[in-house]
Amino acid sequence: MSIKHHIADDLIMAYAAGDLDEGLSLAVATHLALCAECRARVREAESIGGALLESIAPVNVSTGALQSVLSRIDETPQIVRPPKPSVQPSSDIIIPEPLRSYVGGDVDALEWRSLGRGAYHIPIHKGETSARLLRIPAGKPVPDHGHTGRELTVVLSGSFHDDRGVFFRGDVEDCDDSVHHQPIAGEGEDCICLAVTEAPLRFKSLAARLAQPFIGI
Amino acid sequence: MYRTDGAVRDDVKAEQAVEETQISKTWEDYLNDVARSQDRAAFEKLFFHFAPRVKAYLLKLGSDAGQAEDLMQEVMAQVWRKAKLYDDSKAGAATWIFTIARNLRIDAFRRDRRPEIDENDPALMPEPERPADQTLHAREVSSRLQDIVAQLPEEQKTVVVMSFYEDKAHAAIAEELGIPLGTVKSRLRLAMGKIKTVWGDAAGVTL
Repeated sequence: MSIKHHIADDLIMAYAAGDLDEGLSLAVATHLALCAECRARVREAESIGGALLESIAPVNVSTGALQSVLSRIDETPQIVRPPKPSVQPSSDIIIPEPLRSYVGGDVDALEWRSLGRGAYHIPIHKGETSARLLRIPAGKPVPDHGHTGRELTVVLSGSFHDDRGVFFRGDVEDCDDSVHHQPIAGEGEDCICLAVTEAPLRFKSLAARLAQPFIGI
Repeated sequence: MYRTDGAVRDDVKAEQAVEETQISKTWEDYLNDVARSQDRAAFEKLFFHFAPRVKAYLLKLGSDAGQAEDLMQEVMAQVWRKAKLYDDSKAGAATWIFTIARNLRIDAFRRDRRPEIDENDPALMPEPERPADQTLHAREVSSRLQDIVAQLPEEQKTVVVMSFYEDKAHAAIAEELGIPLGTVKSRLRLAMGKIKTVWGDAAGVTL
C-alpha cells in the first residue's frame, strides 16, 4: 500500500535544519522509516544546509587545530559501513526504528495501559511536545478532540479515517489547532499509531474533559 | 572574501592555490580519497576549506569561541572517521559535513535528542532502485544549489537562513519577524519547491 499522506515541507525543513523538538522529530523519523520519498525530501532540504555552509563567511580556526584533529584521528580507526543485513527487509515488524527503541520492542513486547473502552496507550516522551503510542479498537472512535497546538499522527498498523481522509500504515495526519476531528479506527483491525501533540489535547465532551487528567491523553 | 588573518592566512593561500591548480578535483573526490586510502593530503584540503566554515556555523548557532573551536575539531575528526559512510550519490560533501556539524551541535547543546532512522533496520522501507546514471546526481545539484539559495527572494531566504542558523521553532521565527506562522510556513514551502526543482532537473524527472 503506498503512502498518500506525507510530512509537510515546514517539518521537513525544520528536521533537516536540526531545530525540530524531539517529539515531532520522532514522528518525522517514524514516517521516514516507512517512506523513501520523504527521505529524499529530507536530503534535498539538507542540501540547503550544505549550500549555506559553502557560502558562510569562514572564521579563523586556532593555530594548532589541524594538528589537534590529526592526532585525534590517529587514535580511532575509520568506521566501516556495516554489511547489508542478511535478512530481507521485513514487513513483519510493525514498529520501525527509531520508535522501536523508544518503546522497548515491537508491538508484541509492549505493555499497554488501558484508556478505557478498549483503547490503550503507551506514553513515550514528554518535552515541548508529548509523544504516545495509541491503540484504538477496530471500528471505534478516538474521543472527539481539538488541539491547542499541532498534532501529528503516524499510522503503524490498521487504519483510521475522519473527515480529512483515510490513513493507512505510514500515513501522517497533520492537524493544527483549527482542526476539530473525530478519527475512527477502520473495521477488522485495531489501529496502532504514534501521536505527537504540541500541547495537551482538548476534548469536546464534558465526560472526556473530566477524564482527561486521569487518563493522561 | 576572507575575514581571517594571522594563523590561517597561509593555509587560506594554500587552499586557494590548490583550488586554482586542481580545479578538476571536487570536495566529493577528496572525501572519497579519505575513505579509500586514508589520504591525509586530501583530508587537509577538506580541513582548510571546511573547518573555518563549520566553526562559523557553530558560532552563528550561539556557541562561544572556545566551544565552537572544540566542536569544530570534533566535527572534522568525524569527517575522517565516517568518510567510508559517505555516499556521493546522496549528498554533496558540504551537505554531508553540515549534517555531522548539525548532529554534534544538537548532542552538545540541546537537552533533547533528534531521532533518526536506522538504515539497517529490517522494518525500513527500502529505497527504490535508481538508474546508474543518477550516481552523479547529488554532485551536480550541490554545484548549482549555492546559486539557487542565493537567488531566493529575500523574504524566503530570510526564513530559510533563520531555520538553519537559529535553533528556533518556526513560531519563534514568526514572532521575531512579526509575521503570521502561516506566512513562515508558506515561504519555506516556496523555497523548498525551488530546491526540489533543482533536484528534479538533475534527475531528469519532474517531481
